[in-house]
Amino acid sequence: MTATSEPLVQVQDLVKHFPITQGIVFQRQIGAVKAVDGVTFDVMRGETLGIVGETGCGKSTTARLLVRLLDPTSGHILFEGQDVGAHQKGDLKALHREAQMVFQDPYSSLNPRKTVGSIISEPFAIHGLLKGSGERRKRVQELMDRVGLNPEHYNRYPHEFSGGQRQRIGVARAIALEPKLLVADEPVSALDVSIQAQVLNLLRGLQREMGLTLVFIAHDLSVVRHMCDRVAVMYLGKIVEIADSDVLYSFPRHPYTGALLSAVPVPSPTGERRRQRELLTGDVPSPANPPKACRFHTRCPKAQSICSEEEPLLELKGTRTEAACHFPLTESEVKLRLPAALAANASNNDRHPDGVLDQSSSSSSPSST
Amino acid sequence: MSEPLLQVEDLRVRFSTEDGVVHAVDGISYTVDIGQTLGIVGESGSGKSVSSLTMLGLTRSQGADIEGRILFGGRDLVALPDAELRKIRGNEIAMIFQDPLSSLHPFYKVGVQLTEAVHAHRNVSKSQARARAVELLDLVGIPDPKRRVDQFPHEFSGGMRQRVMIAMALANEPKLLIADEPTTALDVTVQAQILALLDDLQSRLGMAIIIITHDLGVVAEITDQIAVMYAGRIVERAPTQAIFGSPQHPYTWGLLKSIPRLDSPRGEELVPISGRPPSLIKRPSGCHFHPRCPYVRDEHKRIDPRLEPVTGDPGHAVACLLSSELRSRIWHGLTLGESSATLRHLVVEDEHPVRAHAVPRVSEDGPV
Repeated sequence: MTATSEPLVQVQDLVKHFPITQGIVFQRQIGAVKAVDGVTFDVMRGETLGIVGETGCGKSTTARLLVRLLDPTSGHILFEGQDVGAHQKGDLKALHREAQMVFQDPYSSLNPRKTVGSIISEPFAIHGLLKGSGERRKRVQELMDRVGLNPEHYNRYPHEFSGGQRQRIGVARAIALEPKLLVADEPVSALDVSIQAQVLNLLRGLQREMGLTLVFIAHDLSVVRHMCDRVAVMYLGKIVEIADSDVLYSFPRHPYTGALLSAVPVPSPTGERRRQRELLTGDVPSPANPPKACRFHTRCPKAQSICSEEEPLLELKGTRTEAACHFPLTESEVKLRLPAALAANASNNDRHPDGVLDQSSSSSSPSST
Repeated sequence: MSEPLLQVEDLRVRFSTEDGVVHAVDGISYTVDIGQTLGIVGESGSGKSVSSLTMLGLTRSQGADIEGRILFGGRDLVALPDAELRKIRGNEIAMIFQDPLSSLHPFYKVGVQLTEAVHAHRNVSKSQARARAVELLDLVGIPDPKRRVDQFPHEFSGGMRQRVMIAMALANEPKLLIADEPTTALDVTVQAQILALLDDLQSRLGMAIIIITHDLGVVAEITDQIAVMYAGRIVERAPTQAIFGSPQHPYTWGLLKSIPRLDSPRGEELVPISGRPPSLIKRPSGCHFHPRCPYVRDEHKRIDPRLEPVTGDPGHAVACLLSSELRSRIWHGLTLGESSATLRHLVVEDEHPVRAHAVPRVSEDGPV
């Protein structure tokens, strides 16, 4: 889209540990849930960055850290070059004019005792903008109209709206201050299938019009592919792979990404049953006690002894994909894992961007770093 | 297969509420053969869950008004007394629910909950029942079943809990398994595991499955037949291949076109279905889908379509008032990426001759 190469947000080695305590009066910390454990990525101005992963991989925590709803344990979040990781009250308020969030559950994220008008105008009240009530009302009604709500419903309460409409209210509230960054945490997963597309199209439309930078978090890989320019795949608090959407979906390098993509059911008339599924065995290990070295090695079909000894770094594999793996997938392995439809789609993308990459992948040896 | 395992005939379920009568299921009919898998697809409030809950008598005694017949092995489940139905429920017909956490009792060990199902229908000793519980956990792929049988539900992960639910359902080797959104609460990787498990169990145990879901991808994987429900009715019913290959109902088109897919070109605009599902208390007149249908004509607002076989394909039934020729032209256009707005002219152009004779047509349609 209109993504420039200039980063809006730079996340450096971000860590968030939630303490596990024991005792009632004297609480001792006996461990920590390592929700986010050292992630580094940039969000470019005007792009949509997707974050995918299974439950408990830390994607929602990352989202909350980005808009500073949570305090990071360590690491830096540079917003337009300024470190907002340690911001306190007043500075945070300034950050929240620039970075806003749309939440997953449209039922619990709206105050049931407030009218829609007051919910959407609350950002103005907090930031002391548009003091005249007539002015404020006019702006709120413009916003309601923009997100596809009837402006006459200004005085209604959230319970009078359907799930899709409530999510529109949430979006209107988030864009009220014309932020630069919008973080959407599973914005459509609570909605009915026929409504999802309405909200997705709304977000894309808003992004184009307002030049928003969007961080889009979802567990549905099809939705993420549809929405995002770049995608980061998280596993147990780490980013295991990050690449442009087209590249990631046509040629995943990390075995975990390959397994995720292979697990997505495709509503396809032919041959779906014959596809060779790669099933991951077992469950995600506990983030309180993640496996050593490469965290995926306990479930990885390609794991060798080095994977449990040395942690792979997130580094370039080929030209356009960064993956943290000692033994990235080769082209033939990808073909085996992904439905034929995907491979066909990949060849449609003019020229396979990583087509030249095969030599490098076959020679990829355990990195000595 | 001479006689179908399950035959649902013109089932209607209505609930009286303070706001009015909810027409949850409004005259649906389908059959399931032995060993077959039927997918019922629909959004929340389309009546897909109520229809199967009714089968097990779980909607009784709620001020529900149930009509029609559900024939299972020569017995009509709708008319069966509670005591008789209880012998079938959990024995010949079993059910898996959506949320595995709230469907398991947190106070009891998994083994106890599993043996309860066995004890309810069989006269077995404690140790036999326990052995059966271990066997069941092993069957559904839970590692170390001897140890796990003595654990509590909270010690299991989401996917493992769903496996326990499946094991409970399989305790008495049912002939029919009803799975209500079995994978909705799970991650894709776990979902793939559970679907593979169901597929595998079916081929080993030879049971029939009804899988209820909103996800067309899930049903594409494991079903033989699909019924699409909207506002309490089946609007399209066909073999799985036909639903995806040549769907006939505008609602099915909408579902197929409104979800992003991994195998479609990226950046393709999604075509949402406008509006939202109707209230089942005050349903739209005529075709219930007409307020959201891009191809609506005036007469569709009055005439109620019936589920009728598609010409040339007796296994494929659809409830739509458009002519089958027109439907195939529209679907062809949609697959080529044309928008429903541009395709609407097909319907409108076709309508012009009707407009010319508007007066006689109306009187003709009036009494319908």
